Amino acid sequence: MSSVTEQMTDAAATPARAQVSRRRRKIRNMLTAYSFIAPNFIGFAVFTLGPIIFAFVLAFMHWDGNNPIKFAGLDNFWRLFSDRAFHAAFWNTIIYTGFTVPLTLVCSLGLAILLNQKIFGRNFFRTVAFFPYVASLVAVAVVWNMIFNPDFGPVNMILYNLGVDPQNLPGWAADRHWAMVTVIMFSVWKMMGYFMVIYLAGLQGISSELYEAADIDGASAWQKFWRITLPQLGPTTFFVSVILTIQSFKVFDQIYMITQGGPGTSTLVLVYHIYNEAFISWNLGYSSMVALVLFLLVLVITIVQFRWTMEREENAA
Amino acid sequence: MSIAAEAPLKRPRRRVNWGLIATYAIVIVLTLTMLAPFVWMLSASLKLDRDVFAFPIEWIPSHPRWENYIDIWTKIPLGLFVYNTTKLTVIVTILQLVTSSFAAYAFAKLRFPYRNALFLAYIATIAMPWQVYMVPQFLLMRELGLNNTHLALICLQAFTAFGVFLMRQFFMSIPDELCEAARIDGMSEYGIWWRIMLPLSMPALSTLTIFTFVTTWNDFLGPLIYLTKTELKTIQIGIRMFITQYTQEYGLIMAASIVSLIPVLLVFLALQRFFVEGIASTGLKG
Repeated sequence: MSSVTEQMTDAAATPARAQVSRRRRKIRNMLTAYSFIAPNFIGFAVFTLGPIIFAFVLAFMHWDGNNPIKFAGLDNFWRLFSDRAFHAAFWNTIIYTGFTVPLTLVCSLGLAILLNQKIFGRNFFRTVAFFPYVASLVAVAVVWNMIFNPDFGPVNMILYNLGVDPQNLPGWAADRHWAMVTVIMFSVWKMMGYFMVIYLAGLQGISSELYEAADIDGASAWQKFWRITLPQLGPTTFFVSVILTIQSFKVFDQIYMITQGGPGTSTLVLVYHIYNEAFISWNLGYSSMVALVLFLLVLVITIVQFRWTMEREENAA
Repeated sequence: MSIAAEAPLKRPRRRVNWGLIATYAIVIVLTLTMLAPFVWMLSASLKLDRDVFAFPIEWIPSHPRWENYIDIWTKIPLGLFVYNTTKLTVIVTILQLVTSSFAAYAFAKLRFPYRNALFLAYIATIAMPWQVYMVPQFLLMRELGLNNTHLALICLQAFTAFGVFLMRQFFMSIPDELCEAARIDGMSEYGIWWRIMLPLSMPALSTLTIFTFVTTWNDFLGPLIYLTKTELKTIQIGIRMFITQYTQEYGLIMAASIVSLIPVLLVFLALQRFFVEGIASTGLKG
């Protein structure tokens, strides 16, 4: 009997001890893993995750930041429909995005194709094209305003010398019909270098065999562009347009510096409206409701991207 | 000055290549257009205010006014602005690099409970524009008494989902076998992170450095909301303040702008070799 029990306890003890030490190791591994994540995650949770959750709550509140916070129900939501500035901001954001995205796409693709060829000084040209993207916005926006000064800026001087009637010279940032054009031109100029780099990476991923085969078939440069380059760049173009669209929805800095949303509300955009409502009028609840609209716009684009990427991966698999 | 490695130039001898000439012509015209604002800025920074708008444009000033570059330091506290911005940018960039690569190592190479859920929390916020939650964030900072401090901006920019995501994508491409071998040799996880992962991740680290440095140095809306005291201001809002105060002093404004561009230019030129590789290898190109 006793020997049997001894045998049993022995048999039970070894795996149990092994189990204990395995569990200890598991816990130790887990703690190590969490220690890697903690420094970033704590900061991220407090300063990003928390405020995001609070933003959704705030959209349904009335608050000026000082007096007690009050539940507003759907008040802020209904106000969106009667707020003319919001309507202007919404449509201006759509117009800005609608022009900036395709223009930047075409310009950056054109630049990438030009600078993917084996030409002398190519790296210098690439650096020049990229530089506006990293240059300080305040600095380049001031220059932009000076160059496009309606009264004595060089652009209008050149137009005048080319024979444009002084009455018809564009008023650029000071003219409600031209202000948006000025901002869009600025954004395209500033951003196209970055997307050029992404397109260059895409172009380098196209197999040269495709072009060699086309050469044997006697395809023209134009045919090669439409039949090989463009289709092969499909994923890159898609990625670039998603990123660009999201960036365009969030536009603020260049508008603050070039037009201040004006003249009138001709360049007022969503983020500008959020900024005004929050930090000028202290309607914190309502500004969060406008922010929610911005979030929904971006969410739709992100879902489209996600679906598309998943499909692509499934097709590839 | 290279954005990507130069492919060997070898072309058979042939007759006049009009396509190539056209390419050069277009490239040169485009480059001049892209550069024009910067050249104009540099040229205007060396002029008297009344000469800035002289037409036809005098690209190289006949009597360069170097005094503009001396006056800006006394007319506005530019030195203080540069110091503030440098301090913020360096602290944010270091914190960002260390904490992101630290967290990314766990997400890429370690197994632990809730790994996917935690990573999803990061991913979910990447597409979330900062502008959506900047108001609650401001209220939180005010509650913590961090309004009008540099600490607020550091907290705001040092722990981004983007950094963790970028580093994790890069770490995923490093073979697990390397870590396994190091573990068998008795190296701790911290040792693997420091001695193996970081040295292999120069492209990703450089990309993150450029992005963080450039974003922090050029950030406008953040300092605009948080810093109202002149002695705390960064170079961007400092120059902006200068512009609104002295609207007509074009030469000085341009000189200050040139000064604000130099650090970014230096960091960009020093690290751009790694930059394209970084963009191409971290999934930033989709």
